[in-house]
Amino acid sequence: MKNQKPETKRKKPEDKKRSASGGAKSKSSKPAVNGDFEPKIVGFLCNWCSYAGADKAGTSQVKYPPNVNVVKVMCSGRVDPQFVMKAFEKGADGVIILACHPGDCHYKEGNYKAAQRHRMLLKLLGQFGIEKERCRFDYVSAGEGDKFVKVIKDTVDTIREMGPMKKTKKSTSERTE
Amino acid sequence: MSGKPKLSMYWATACGGCEISLVNIHEKVLDVDANFEFMFCPCLLDTKKKDIEAMPDKGIAITLFNGAIRTEENEEMARLLRKKSRVLIAYGSCSYEGCIPGLSNLHSREDHFKTIYLDNPTVDNPSGVVPTPETAVPEGTLRIPSFYERVKTLSDVVDADYFIPGCPPEPHQVWNVIEAVVQGRQLPPAGSVIGAGASAVCEECERKKEDKKIKKFYRTYEMIPDREKCLLEQGIVCMGIATRSGCGALCPKVNMPCTGCYGPPEGVLDQGAKMIAALGSIIDIGDVKGLSEEEIAKRADAVISSIPDPAGTFYKYSLPGSILKGRIS
Ligand code: SF4
Ligand code: SF4
Ligand code: FES
Repeated sequence: MKNQKPETKRKKPEDKKRSASGGAKSKSSKPAVNGDFEPKIVGFLCNWCSYAGADKAGTSQVKYPPNVNVVKVMCSGRVDPQFVMKAFEKGADGVIILACHPGDCHYKEGNYKAAQRHRMLLKLLGQFGIEKERCRFDYVSAGEGDKFVKVIKDTVDTIREMGPMKKTKKSTSERTE
Repeated sequence: MSGKPKLSMYWATACGGCEISLVNIHEKVLDVDANFEFMFCPCLLDTKKKDIEAMPDKGIAITLFNGAIRTEENEEMARLLRKKSRVLIAYGSCSYEGCIPGLSNLHSREDHFKTIYLDNPTVDNPSGVVPTPETAVPEGTLRIPSFYERVKTLSDVVDADYFIPGCPPEPHQVWNVIEAVVQGRQLPPAGSVIGAGASAVCEECERKKEDKKIKKFYRTYEMIPDREKCLLEQGIVCMGIATRSGCGALCPKVNMPCTGCYGPPEGVLDQGAKMIAALGSIIDIGDVKGLSEEEIAKRADAVISSIPDPAGTFYKYSLPGSILKGRIS
């Protein structure tokens, strides 16, 4: 292994847990078309808006699918494209980035930067054979508990229908050790 | 046989430029000869694989391994040289992170064979023969090394002690490394990148840097850039911002953008992701006040459309060494 690229250099937000309402286990609205496939999704939520939006959904006890592992970030602008790639590399079937609405970012431009990076990332991921539906960017404010639930449901349903992320084949003669 | 420590250089999937870069240290090559017995280098010397196999393990002091791992044979040689060398150095971008051969990870092996052996207009192959590891002929079975699904880096198949980046490595940097070894200086901890800096090419670049705001990207043939101003500020995709220092900003010096041959800077895992982070924050979509969410995405797409091939541009040298390593599926 190349250890000149230490993985630990990248600060991971400590708060890597289910959203406050993660306990609300419910099945998605649509029946599973892909057998028992439950997509694994990583959600990067801005602390000031979408994370609070998720909380709101939780405290109002709205049910939504438990497939999203939430990572709280201080601003959507903090979401390094490397985080998204790492999520896919580690087996995520999808990634969601949720930001404050335009004009509402606490750091003024973080969400614009995040949106622009996301558009560029989509183009690149497309070249890697990763469909754009697997990497969603949206805006959810602190008050929009229902929009949060809708975005999560939509994404989980879409990805469930698409099936798991493809894996790279190994050549038959390749050593695996 | 002399008592000098043995130095070897091997090429796997490479272009031969790394061998040239070693010779490019000019008269210092005499110092190399005075201090080492240069005993294996298929590009320049006649020593054979069986001669290496006959050596005791760890019998070679240093091996400079250039080239990526594309075939079974590349891997076999990497394993052999690992066993026979005390210090194994991934020399040059191919061996360090896959480089140009690694761009083939954007396609499957099947697609390659189709294009190269079947669909190519200059190929006449009526019986549709493509390489297979084993072929039965009247005299018996022919075996050739298999072609891997993906290009790998040296450290994907064996433990490499050090990495010297560059396509090819710059002679003064190569010499820095050789000199350190000759003088018996303490080398950095195993696994380090040597013969390079730690920060970004921008830091070595003397161009004037101001605020970066880009409305449209230009390809090099579309404009003659100003010689003083930062190329990126002029809309040329310069990778200096996401590339390890060490070359002395050679390309911007001659009015060409850095294309990233020294790989990601220290602490960065993925050069392309770093480039997206950087470019995503400097593209200029105009006045955003009152813009709808859809309009923001549309305007960003318009600017981005002037980069036709992000994967090929941002990972020109580093795809197999990157996080996703190439096309999935
Ligand atoms: S982006 Fe390129 S031209 Fe601009 S400072 Fe960096 S290396 Fe120099
Ligand atoms: S400027 Fe960039 S592409 Fe040119 S030699 Fe330096 S690292 Fe390589
Ligand atoms: S603070 Fe929420 S997106 Fe910047």
